[in-house]
Amino acid sequence: MPRNRTGDRASEAPGAELAARTRNKNGRLRLLLTLPVLAFLASCSGSGPQSALEPKGPIARDIDGLWDLVYWLAVAVFIMVTALLVWAMWRYRERPGDETEPKQLHGSAAIELGGVVFSVVLLAIISVPTVRGLLDMRQVPEGDDVIQIQVTGHQWWWEFEYVDETGPDGATLITANELHIPEDATVYLTMTSADVIHSFWIPAVNGKRDVVPGQVTNLTIIADDPTSPDEPLPGQCAEFCGLAHADMRIKLHVHTDADYAAWLDEQFQPSQLPAEESELAAGWSTFNTVCTTCHQVSLEDVEGEVVTYGPERHIAAADIQFRSSFGPNLTHLFSRGTFGAGTVELTESHLAEWIGDPQSLKPMNPDENDLAAGRVLGMPDTGLNADEISEVIELLKTWR
Amino acid sequence: MTTTAEPQVFRSPGSRGLWAWVTTVDHKRIGLLYAVSAAVFFLIGGIEALLVRTQLFGPNLEVLSAEAYNQLFTMHGLTMVFLVVMPIAAAFTNYFLPIMIGARDVAFPRLNSFSYWLFFFGGLLIYSSFLLGGAPDGAWVGYAPLSTQLTEVVRMDFWTIGLALLGVSSLGASANFIATTFTMRAPGMSMLRMPVFAWMSLVVAFLLIFSLPSVTIGLFQLFLDRNFGALFYASAAGGDPLLWQHLFWIFGHPEVYVLILPAMGIVSEVLPTFARKPLFGYPFVVFSGAAIGFIGFGVWSHHMFTSGMGPIAEAGFGVATMIIAVPTGVKIFNWLGTIWGGKIKYNTPMLFSLAFIAMFVIGGLSGVTHAVVPSDTQQHDSYYVVAHFHYVLFGGAVFGYVSGIYYWFPKWTGRKLNEALGKVHFWLALIGFNLTFGPMHILGLNGMPRRTYRYPEGLGWANWNAVATIGAYVILLAFLVFAWNIVRTHFLAKGERVGNDPWDGRTLEWTTSSPPPVHNFDTIPVVHSLDDFWHQKYTEDDEGRAVRIPAVTEGALTVDEETGGGDESHEPDEDMHMPSPSFYPVVSAFGFAITGAGLIYLPWGFLGVGVGVAIAVWGLFGWSLEPVTKEH
Amino acid sequence: MSDAAVTDTGHAEASGHHDVKPVRKTAMWVFLGSECVFFGAMISTFLLYRNTTNGAPGSEIFNIPFTSASSFILLMSSLTMVLAHNAFEKKDLRQTRVWLIGTVLLGSTFLAGQIFEFTEFIHEGLTLPASPFGSSFYMLTGFHGIHVAVGVMLLAAMVVLSFSGRLYDDRGLNVELIGLYWHFVDIVWIVIFTVVYLLQV
Repeated sequence: MPRNRTGDRASEAPGAELAARTRNKNGRLRLLLTLPVLAFLASCSGSGPQSALEPKGPIARDIDGLWDLVYWLAVAVFIMVTALLVWAMWRYRERPGDETEPKQLHGSAAIELGGVVFSVVLLAIISVPTVRGLLDMRQVPEGDDVIQIQVTGHQWWWEFEYVDETGPDGATLITANELHIPEDATVYLTMTSADVIHSFWIPAVNGKRDVVPGQVTNLTIIADDPTSPDEPLPGQCAEFCGLAHADMRIKLHVHTDADYAAWLDEQFQPSQLPAEESELAAGWSTFNTVCTTCHQVSLEDVEGEVVTYGPERHIAAADIQFRSSFGPNLTHLFSRGTFGAGTVELTESHLAEWIGDPQSLKPMNPDENDLAAGRVLGMPDTGLNADEISEVIELLKTWR
Repeated sequence: MTTTAEPQVFRSPGSRGLWAWVTTVDHKRIGLLYAVSAAVFFLIGGIEALLVRTQLFGPNLEVLSAEAYNQLFTMHGLTMVFLVVMPIAAAFTNYFLPIMIGARDVAFPRLNSFSYWLFFFGGLLIYSSFLLGGAPDGAWVGYAPLSTQLTEVVRMDFWTIGLALLGVSSLGASANFIATTFTMRAPGMSMLRMPVFAWMSLVVAFLLIFSLPSVTIGLFQLFLDRNFGALFYASAAGGDPLLWQHLFWIFGHPEVYVLILPAMGIVSEVLPTFARKPLFGYPFVVFSGAAIGFIGFGVWSHHMFTSGMGPIAEAGFGVATMIIAVPTGVKIFNWLGTIWGGKIKYNTPMLFSLAFIAMFVIGGLSGVTHAVVPSDTQQHDSYYVVAHFHYVLFGGAVFGYVSGIYYWFPKWTGRKLNEALGKVHFWLALIGFNLTFGPMHILGLNGMPRRTYRYPEGLGWANWNAVATIGAYVILLAFLVFAWNIVRTHFLAKGERVGNDPWDGRTLEWTTSSPPPVHNFDTIPVVHSLDDFWHQKYTEDDEGRAVRIPAVTEGALTVDEETGGGDESHEPDEDMHMPSPSFYPVVSAFGFAITGAGLIYLPWGFLGVGVGVAIAVWGLFGWSLEPVTKEH
Repeated sequence: MSDAAVTDTGHAEASGHHDVKPVRKTAMWVFLGSECVFFGAMISTFLLYRNTTNGAPGSEIFNIPFTSASSFILLMSSLTMVLAHNAFEKKDLRQTRVWLIGTVLLGSTFLAGQIFEFTEFIHEGLTLPASPFGSSFYMLTGFHGIHVAVGVMLLAAMVVLSFSGRLYDDRGLNVELIGLYWHFVDIVWIVIFTVVYLLQV
């Protein structure tokens, strides 16, 4: 799928020359050979959207190219060794009636040396592209068109801060769990963690990178094509981070440049604070007493002034400030397709279930929360009754 | 040969029954204790694995809660590494190292007993957590700061303290094996005449001696962080979570070789026996084993390619990791060379050893793909890694140890395991193993991270997970057949009775009775060559073919064919004073365990610490002051 | 562990083929090799955190002259240990006892100095939970202090045995093996003193 690239973003990207090569690989075929024993079964399983073998961007494609090289070498070595083994097992089996004893061969320095040289040559073949590929992928992308996004890992959700631009209230844009980027753009993630070690992994666009508290790690991602809104590229936390590690997912939405600009505009529009007599006022009252303990929301009042409610938290790592809060920012909740760190489809009924009993949809450990110490292990029971919940949801529905 | 006067063996009779096993200082009995404990823990760890696999049979199943799942996979890893594979290796080493090098026991028999009991109580302590509010749930690697996060919940304290106790146990055992190997070899048993298994045990002992301290210090640091407010891993205060990863993997990578090298040693004994040829390139096998151990200390950071060490360090560790594939490859070539041109008998031990080679090649090659750093960033912490290390540790190590069990079972009990059942076990195990772990390669490459208690639909993972789960139950079936074979052969006494040397073996353990006497040898053997026993039975004709020496009768191993006569060592040894049983080692170990249990429940646990230290001191004093051999 | 690793004499006696001493000496050397890694891991940790003081006191509160003096005392104890071992080899019971007592006194003086030093530091705000620097400082020097204390106790036990005339009994530990341990502990202190106190960055 050769694409007509308009900017030079791609050529600035690490390892672009490999990326330029068009490759249309059949992940299934390679999988077949991973396990000859099970080859026939492979037909029942495709690669899937979270596969590292179906790269959707040049960096992941470089990695996949390297994997191909190593994989086929490994297959060749495996076939060679197994063939020798099986042949020797057959040829030199004990035959009935054969009384002769075998020759007592003690070894051969020449064969040993040959084996060593053979392995060294093979390893040299893979070590050169390994080191080159590694240095490529760790390059810091430069240029004005590199999109800078700060990522904070939380138990058990992701927070994204778009730091290139500020909105009408002078603040950066914050969203959660669903990452939006334009096609072909070089996106440079600057990451840290609010609590324990996580790992940011969207296989289709790059390998994983750990997210370490107190430290900053970086990852460059580039995606080729826009994704459909229903089928974002999936990823998830890849370093065990406690109870709900399995439920800490990422959705990557890739847009055309125009769609991305439109999305940014939308997100920078503050949502509306309900007027005092409106039917949403009751929901807001509940929200502002309960939910804003942890969640931030930026709202525009009738006078057009934008006020941010909820706790502001700054996580510092290596001289970089990460804007954050105790829970996902809800300003544009209903612009998202999922909630609960990408695990639950965003519908009114799911949301009602979640607010009524957060742990029914995702295991969490809010009993151990200690906001003063900055420790948040999930959403506690809100104690809201059904009416209050539906009022709050009516309000949330307007924040899109 | 003169056998006029039977030498007298003096060993305090002690008591019988259970107490005799508790107080034993006999390396063979301690070896069997390790083996039985490992078998019990294998059953438990296996059940944990089956529960985990059952939960993952399909998307979003609710067989286990996330909380239970996290405990089970943590305990499965911990159990299989520290309570199954290490002790089964210790069982073989204990039982056979002294016999293979022609010694009567290990250098420090009571320290040996202490090491076993500390392992036993350490395992018990870790497992008691299930009854005391929950097992460790931070994965076997216990990465900080997750492992220091919830200090109110004592789960991870069980893990730090339990691992520290097991570490002390292994340090004691390792020092013991090293001293034994260096100072107690039989006359003529030069280092390069030692069986490969003895060599690999020696390398493993050194690996543990130099790697365990690193993780032990890390565990102390975690303990101080959790219980005394130290800040080693508090990132907010400037603590560095990666320090733990370094300290852990400086131990953790050599640990991988600790688990696999003894199995390689066993395979290096089994292949020559059943191919009826000497091990191809013995010195190369020995030195590549030592080289694997040595280089193994320089590659730990390849477990951290996604942690953010910087590209230079990553490139260096990537290339170093590739280098370690060279001595590993050498071993594989030598095993192929060993069966090449042989006359292969397909008994069950041989089948498992041959499968070891094939499975280990897969695990080794997938290991090389991890050294390719960019590629590893996709594979790290995915099911691909789970597949990789199970091919190394199950298809590799466990198959090797199972091979060893079939091989040496006659030596332990005087009866051979049933061959037919053995073959059923083998094929079920091989098929079940590949069904379980083969698909995990694919799952990992398709993006499934490890340590996840559930996965959604639509990612293409369901079918392969189902296959893996079915495979796990086939493995269960295989090991049920194995268990039945052992029960039938030994406990129901239906196994075929055999003599000293059922396989036409090559090494010294086959010269003594099955099971060996308490003092191992009536006469300490004098060794003239590698595979000494074989060379007493066979010579070579002009073509280099083995030719049976007709005159020699079984057991008359001290007759030197080449010189045509004996030397003074053929006289029966003087009376032997074997060390007496002692209950002080078990008392000391118990004291250590109580101390550890107290440390878990600080501050009121200080009471337990006091009691534990008192018991330990009593044990150690008694140990130091009691005479080694009782008057007779 | 040290006592556990060397108190067994059983097999070596039993086999009749082997000298007792090399067995225990081998085990002691292996044990000390392992100890090197223990201290290595802690020294590495200290080096990592040497500047991570978080506002709590750092290396500036060290009293170099005082610690130099106590280090000198510990070094001298190695000398008295050598003399004790010499006398032990010559079977000179009286001299052995004198030098052993000297070593015990010097070791105890060092320990007293360390306890005094710790008290001072804690007064000035350098505690285990104060900073990663404090955590790693106390863990390293404390672990070493425990080693000195164990050595003092073992040497004191030898002194007691010398009075009851059992110094030359065959047992797991003797003056020679404890001497090896003692010298090791001293050498480790030289490294710690250099790294922790003298090398200021």
